[in-house]
Order: sequence, then structure tokens, then C-alpha cells
Amino acid sequence: MPSDPAITPELVAEHNLTPEEYEGILELLGREPNYTELGIFSVMWSEHCSYKNTRALLKGFPTQSPRVLVAAGEENAGILDIGDGLAISFKIESHNHPSAVEPFQGAATGVGGIIRDIFTMGARPVCAMNSLRFGELSNPNVRRLFRGVVSGIAHYGNCFGIPTVGGEVYFDKSYEGNPLVNAFALGVLRHDQIARGAAKGVGNPVFYVGPATGRDGLAGAAFASQDLTEESAEHQRGAVQVGDPFMEKLCMEACLELLATGAVTGIQDMGAAGLTCSTCETAARGGTGIEIDLAKVPQRSSDMTPYEILLSESQERMLIIVEQGREEEVKRIFDKWDLPWAEIGNVTGTGQMVVKNHGEMVVDLPASKLADDAPVYHREATEPKYLAAVRAFTLEGIDDLDDPTAALGKLLKWPTIASKNWVYRQYDHMVRANTMVNPGSDAAVIRIKADSIPGDGNGAFPEKILALAVDCNATHVYLDPFEGAKAAVAECARNLACSGATPIGSTDNLNFGNPHNPELFWQLKESVRGLAEGCAAFDAPVTGGNVSLYNQNPEGAIDPTPTMAMVGLIEDAAHVTTQWFKDEGDAIILLGEPLDAEDALHGLGGSAFLQVLHKQKTGTPSRCNLETERTLGTTLLGLIQSGLVKGAHDCAEGGLAVALAECCFSELEGRNTPRFIGAEIDLIKLKSERLDALLFGETLGRIVITTSELDSVKAIERTKLMGVPARRIGTVGEVKGAALKIKSTTGEWSWEVARLHDLWWNSIDNAMA
Amino acid sequence: MKFAVLQFPGSNCDQDCVHVLRSVFGRPTELLWHKEYSVGDADAVFIPGGFSYGDYLRTGSIARFSPVMGAVKEFADNGGFVFGICNGFQILCEAGMLPGALIRNRSLQFRCEHVYLQTATHDSPFTGQIPEGKNLRIPIAHGEGNYFCDDETLQSLEDNGQILFQYIDAEGDLTDHANPNGSRANIAGICNEKRNVGGMMPHPERASEAVLGGDDGRLIFQSLIATLKTQPPLA
Amino acid sequence: MKAKVIITPKRAVLDPQGKTVQSALEHMGCAGVGDVRIGKYIEIEMDGDRETVEAKLSEYADKFLANPNIEDYRLVFED
Repeated sequence: MPSDPAITPELVAEHNLTPEEYEGILELLGREPNYTELGIFSVMWSEHCSYKNTRALLKGFPTQSPRVLVAAGEENAGILDIGDGLAISFKIESHNHPSAVEPFQGAATGVGGIIRDIFTMGARPVCAMNSLRFGELSNPNVRRLFRGVVSGIAHYGNCFGIPTVGGEVYFDKSYEGNPLVNAFALGVLRHDQIARGAAKGVGNPVFYVGPATGRDGLAGAAFASQDLTEESAEHQRGAVQVGDPFMEKLCMEACLELLATGAVTGIQDMGAAGLTCSTCETAARGGTGIEIDLAKVPQRSSDMTPYEILLSESQERMLIIVEQGREEEVKRIFDKWDLPWAEIGNVTGTGQMVVKNHGEMVVDLPASKLADDAPVYHREATEPKYLAAVRAFTLEGIDDLDDPTAALGKLLKWPTIASKNWVYRQYDHMVRANTMVNPGSDAAVIRIKADSIPGDGNGAFPEKILALAVDCNATHVYLDPFEGAKAAVAECARNLACSGATPIGSTDNLNFGNPHNPELFWQLKESVRGLAEGCAAFDAPVTGGNVSLYNQNPEGAIDPTPTMAMVGLIEDAAHVTTQWFKDEGDAIILLGEPLDAEDALHGLGGSAFLQVLHKQKTGTPSRCNLETERTLGTTLLGLIQSGLVKGAHDCAEGGLAVALAECCFSELEGRNTPRFIGAEIDLIKLKSERLDALLFGETLGRIVITTSELDSVKAIERTKLMGVPARRIGTVGEVKGAALKIKSTTGEWSWEVARLHDLWWNSIDNAMA
Repeated sequence: MKFAVLQFPGSNCDQDCVHVLRSVFGRPTELLWHKEYSVGDADAVFIPGGFSYGDYLRTGSIARFSPVMGAVKEFADNGGFVFGICNGFQILCEAGMLPGALIRNRSLQFRCEHVYLQTATHDSPFTGQIPEGKNLRIPIAHGEGNYFCDDETLQSLEDNGQILFQYIDAEGDLTDHANPNGSRANIAGICNEKRNVGGMMPHPERASEAVLGGDDGRLIFQSLIATLKTQPPLA
Repeated sequence: MKAKVIITPKRAVLDPQGKTVQSALEHMGCAGVGDVRIGKYIEIEMDGDRETVEAKLSEYADKFLANPNIEDYRLVFED
């Protein structure tokens, strides 16, 4: 075994620690750290674990509401009350960099990681979503990444048995070489089943559960200075983490069974730098110390160093602290599930994280300081220069459309707007028999029934219904970070409202570039401010989330992508609403102002239309008025709850015309069996200077609903009473030979719905063929 | 009338099956752990979907050697009713309790979507209550559901009326286009010659409640319940 | 000539499939089982002399047949 290298400034730098941070370590310890300890500091003080660059900003997020049982930052994931003694735990987390290296395993282990965060809280994971970003599909390497990521998510989620019920995928050049993979999971539990990640009770034994530790996911840079023997070269470089969904399924079932015994005093999954993070964080939370012996940790090869064991990212492992004297219960349950386990140490009262190897001291660090006293940076922020050009953009050089016929087809075919069936048909979105609205509508809807919570036969509660959405138009965020971030929250809320749900909480995934670049940090700062205002406006506190920085490729940073996922409650199954048109003769009503009078670009700034038809990604996007959005949402919910609404769909990328087209063809009855229905739209009374803005502008705060002809007047009156503009814009047409017909002051056009559907449905399939 | 639903490590549709039998049909149903050596007093056994043992090596290849499968085989040899759904179907084929095998979808991808089925025979414990001419709409969710058998076996399946379900399109036509995975003769489900063991790739337990968007799957459970009502339990 | 490409998971990479099969063998009573690794086996017929075929197949194994992040491969030739 090579001996530990000496600590040099180079070695410190290779561990991504600055000279100042190293000074801080010396001060904190009152001595020089050894090599293993340096490795521990490097992970604990990384952005992933410490939020050192963002912690100050994240304080602005609303994190409290009467529903919050476990708030953001307290544990691995937050927990919200959903009534009747039930609660949900959910979170979104990125696995961007691993997915760029090895898309299949990177994405798979991303799903595995977020599922573990949820069952660590004592909840049974019941659904997943994801938010993905790739470069343009014309690039073969992008297709390879896209194919790999989607099949990795499918592999892990399908095998584990969690339905992947929704998500979003955008394609933009800025993500070339740096895809984003944000995975979301949600679990359900009773209030009394909440588990904590705290090492409580001095003397209590610490168990390691799960497969043996290998050299998975070890950072390459840290090893560069070590002497590499010929044979160990491959090992030293570290190995790609490989996910084992089967092992995770067993691990979850065993953990939930064990938690039910009451023998567990603390539980934590081993994520990034697994053993290190889990031991020092549980001790910090418990206000205790912890001591483990690495010799007792199951290892895949016999020659691993303490450094490697402690920093390994081998998957599907858990750390469990058990009440002294109840060890046998743990062993019985893990043996039943054929899971490897080992008793590796115990809780101490010293406040120190102590690691021994065959009895020899290798690490002795103050746990709470390590976990909580990471440096906090207030980075410099400067408004990016590109924004001046964005704001100066006008429509002067953009000729209005005479005939929108071709434009609508082009937009529907644009991969970002096109149907994502190529993606979601690879995900099992129905396992657990709870999915009420499958992928393809504004939000996913699932029910919570007796078998959704841990344990067997806990069925004495009324069924609950949840809606979930994940959104972020990063182009808009790039062009206006504050407004764009607000809009991401507003779109989530709108999607929930369209499904009949009231928002109750949210989780965010901040994907940004290098925070040392003041312009990129400004994007981050403004986005966080926007998210915070948005979440507060919708009473949807942030219950947790994730930060991923340094998302760059040689061309520059990715578009700032503050992905938002929001969860809502639906009171009654009768309120579950889908986006597509239902019956011939129904009234089509537009809620919200068709155009923002103060927007000089009429909603075309940053629009899909400008990008696709004019190859321009610029212009200030439509502003987001949170008050208006909030009223729009509550008004729509009121209409839905009174039984007036037959369908609801918000206007997003591609504007009103794309929304209407989607209403005509997005219902899927079965394999190869879409249901088409026509519509006759009359926009003559809508005042617009430009046809392109009227049809394809992306003014926010607009929802298309349908009601029966009989209810239409009532619906419009009630909407106006709430101060929300409402206009009858058309009537649902025939199923036979369905056509979408739109009339404006400048002309009249008609599209065959089947033809539009073909462009929209097969676009990604064709690109991937 | 009691049901048992097997539980292998990696089963993940076990609870869905239990839910339908218990909550939709009100029948006493127990989970049966893979290490058990007996099916107890169950009148019929369901082998649920999922990824038993991660589907490693071959789907169903490890599960078939579990203690409980020995008990299930004995139960079936004595005339007991056994029905496998998805991974359960794969296990029954791998165990030789049903002919043929399920191989990788011809698309090479996992597919989750609603398909349409025609009932090829009503003369089985699993299809007796399905009305003549009624086409079923039930979801599939599998990566290896491509039913394969040799010509001789296919001939005997046809001759003996062992084909339970075949994939069709929404119009009711049995075409290659309607075949979601490349199965021979569009086969979605079969039974053994004795007609007491059956299996299918689509998931009827996911289509047994209107709130989930369709309840055609109920007819399959109803058929078995009706059969059990008229046939005396095993000695 | 016929070339055989034998692809195995890298030694340092976890092989969940191999581990599961190993434990299944043990459960079935097959004594003395050690490490099990599961890979892929590909047979390719190809024209050309041994040297050319080897060079070509190495190139395509590196970039296509095997995933260098997680797999090793070895070529075996038959005349």
C-alpha cells in the first residue's frame, strides 16, 4: 500500500481547497490534517455538501408554512403535512457531471440517490420525475447522451418499481457537452413514521448496510499526486459508479421494515462521499460524536486505503444507528432480505468523528465543525454584459407573419415543444397502480392509498390525490434571470392549477456555471431571488433542493437553469382535470390577458417562435406578475371545484396556437391511438398589432379552458368577478376529420389535426432513429 | 376463497396485485415470501410483475429456483390455479410451467403504454367471464415481453386453444403494427395444456379501477373468481 | 477470419448482475463459488489478415463495442 503523500500546496489545490480554506482548516484543528482528513475536508467543504457559495443566497427562500413538519436543511429531505396524519417527503437532485461522463450509469445512480434520500426519511417512495437538458439533437454525441440518460433513468426506476410520472426535456446548444440530469422523488409516510438522520444515544451501535465499498466515483484529481503502480493504475483513477436498483429495492424494504420496529435512532444514506458525510452529519445533528473502524467496513478489494474507503461513492449503502441491545432485530431483518450488513462502530459523547483502521487512528475531526462550519462566501455579482443587447432588442427587423400555417408546424416539431413520448414510454409510469394522469398533460396526478405508506395494512385514511409538475424555461432565465425564475415557479403553479391542484410545497435544483465568474454569479443571485418571491407568492415553501455549479463546456456556461418542482393537493377525484379538449361543441375560453400592454415585444422576447423561425435567442421575455398568476390559479381552481371546467391547459412555449393544437391532439387512448378533435377559434376581438405575437407570443398568465356551452357564460362571469380577464375564443370541433381553424383580423387558416400531431408526436423519434 | 401473491426480492407489482384482490374484489389475499416451502391454504396463486432478482442473467431465471416455486409447481401439478403477470409470466416460462420464452422487445427498449387485446379463447379459468367480441385495453410495461416459441409449439398452442390473448389495434385488427414487442402471432398471454396455469405480459391489475383510466383488467380477475366458485377447492 | 470479442466489466467496477448470480449459486448449494463477472460475447466475421483485423476491431471495440468507462475487452482470433 503506498504511504500517504505529504500535504503540499499543490495537493491542497488538487482537492479544490483554496489556500485560505486550508488556513481555516489549520486553525480549526490546531494542527496539520493528514491526507485522509484533507480528503474529508475537500468533500465536506465542496459546494455539493456545504453550499458554501450559495448558502447566503438560499436564506432568502421561504421554508415555513403550517404544513412544514421537517424544514429545508434539517434533514436529507423536507416533509409536509397533507392531512389525516399523513405526510409527504420530496426532493430534486442533480447528477449532471456523472451523466456527462457516463450517461447511463450517471443518470441511473442519480435516480438511486434521490430515492434513498426519500426512504431515509422513513417514507415509501411512490413516484419520480426528472428534468433533463441536452444540446441539439442534430449532434450525434448529444443523441448518445440523451439515449444513455433516458435508458439509465428507465433502468433504475423501472427495476426499482417507482413510477416515473412526469418531467421535462429541453434542447439547447448551451447544454452541449454538459447535459443536466435532475431527478425528483416523492415518498409518503405517517407523521409518526418520520425518521431522523441523527446519531443519538452514546454507546449505540452504528451499522453499515448494503453492498461492499469499492473505489466507485473517486475523484481523479485527488489521486494524481500518488505514486501509481502499474497494477493499481486503473483502481487509482477510480471507477464509474454503477447503480444496482435491485439492491436498492431490497435496501428500502429492509430499512422501512426496520424503522417500523422502533429500534432505529438515526438513519442516513451514503451519498456523495458516503461514509464520510453520513458519519459526520449524523454526529453533528445528534450533538454527539461517532467512532468507526474501517476494518469492519465491507470492502470490494482488500487493498483499499482509508482515504478511498471514506471517500468512496459506492451506491445503495446506508448508515443506521440502533438502540443498544436491539442489534438482533437489525440482523434478523437484513438477513431476511439477504443484505450485507456490518456493525462498524458506535456513538460517542466526544463530539469527534473518529475513524480507526484496525484500531489505528486515521481521522480525528470535530464533527459539527466539519459539517456546519464550512466557509460561506459572498461572491461578487455583476450584471452580465450580454443583457444590454438583450434589452435593446426590438421587433423592428422582424417582419410579421402573413400566413402562420407553416410556422405552427415548425414549432410543434421543435424538439423542445414536441411530444416527449420517446422518453416517457421507456419509463414505467404506472407501477404501484396509483397514476391517475399519465405523462402528456400539464401535471402528473397520483393517488395515495393504503399501500403507499410504509408498513402493511395501514389503510385507515381517506385517499389523497397529489399533482406534480417540474418546469424551467431556461432561455427566459438567461434573458432575464429574476423574471425568468419567477416565471418557472408560476408555470409550475399554473400546471398544478390546470390539473385541479393547490400548491403546497416546492423543491428547487439550481444548475449554474462557475460561481467565481461574477456575471454567472449574478445570474444565480437573481434567479434565487426570483424563485424565492415566486414560492412565497404561491404559499409553496421550498422544502429542500440541490445546487450544481460549474456547469460549463468549452463554449461557455450553460443557460442558468433553476429547475422548479412543485407538489399540489387535489381535494376530490372529480377535480382531476386534463389538458385536452373533450367534447364537440364545448366552449373554449381564454383566461388571462392575451397580451401584456406594457411589453414592447408582445411576448415574443425569448420565445420559441423567435428561436425557431428567426434563429434568434434574444429579447426580454414576458414579465411575470405573481399577483396576477396567483389570482389566475385560485380562480381556475374555483371553476374546477364548481364542476364547470372540462379541460385546462396553460400557454407556454409556442404560445396560444401551440397550446390550442396540443388541446386538439394530446389525448392518448392507447398505443398508436391518439384521439383527435377539432376546434374553431375566433381571435378577431383580441387586439394585437402583430399576428405572430397573437399566435406564438409567450405572454405569461394565460390558460385555455373548456366548458360545456351551457356553463360557458357562468364560467366567464365568475372569472371576471375575480378580476381575471376571460374571453370566449372558440368552440371545440368535430372528431371526424378534425381540423384546427383560427380566424384573426388578418385572415383565416386551417390545419389538419392529424398532420400537426404527426409532426409533434414523431419529431424526437425521427431524430433518434 | 383465498389468494396468495408471491413476493420475490425485486417483485414490485406484488402490492398492486394484493390491492386489486383485497380492495377491489374483497378477497382475502396474503403475500407469500420466496423462501416459503408451501402455498398454504391458497386457492389460487398469482405471480406478480417486477424484476425478481433484478432480472439479472435472464428474466425469471433465478426466481424459478426459489423454494416457493417448488411449492407452486406442486400446487399446479395437483390442479391448482396459477397466474403470472409480466415478470410472473416470464418466471412461469423459465420454470417450464408454460411453453416458450420471453425475449427482448424488438424495439430493444422498455415500453410502457396501453395496448389492445383480443381474447383468443374463452375456454380458460382466466378468460371465461370476458364477453365475446369484447376487446380489452390494458397497459404493458416491459423490456422483455417478446413471446418466442418454435413452430411446433406455436402449432400446438393454436391446436389446443392455449393462446389467451393477442395484441390487436384499436380497430380490432391483428396486425404486425399492433404488436408492441415482436411476439410470435401477437401473443400476449397463454395457458398450459391442462389450462390451470396461465400468464400474460400486460398488467390487468393496473386496469381494474376506473380512476386509473380503465377497468378492463377486472374481467380477468372476475373470470378466475367465477371459476373458483364453481370448481371445488383442491383436496 | 473469425474474431471473438469478450467484454467484461472492469475489475474496479461493481457488477450487480455477477454479484446476484454469485449469491444465487451459493443459495442453490453450489459450493466454492468465488467472484462472478458477467459480460458480453460477440463473434465477428471479417475479411483481412490478422493484423489489420485486430487493428480495426480494437478501434471499434474502443469506441463502440465496449464502453471504456466501465468495460474491458479482449480479442480472440480464429482462422
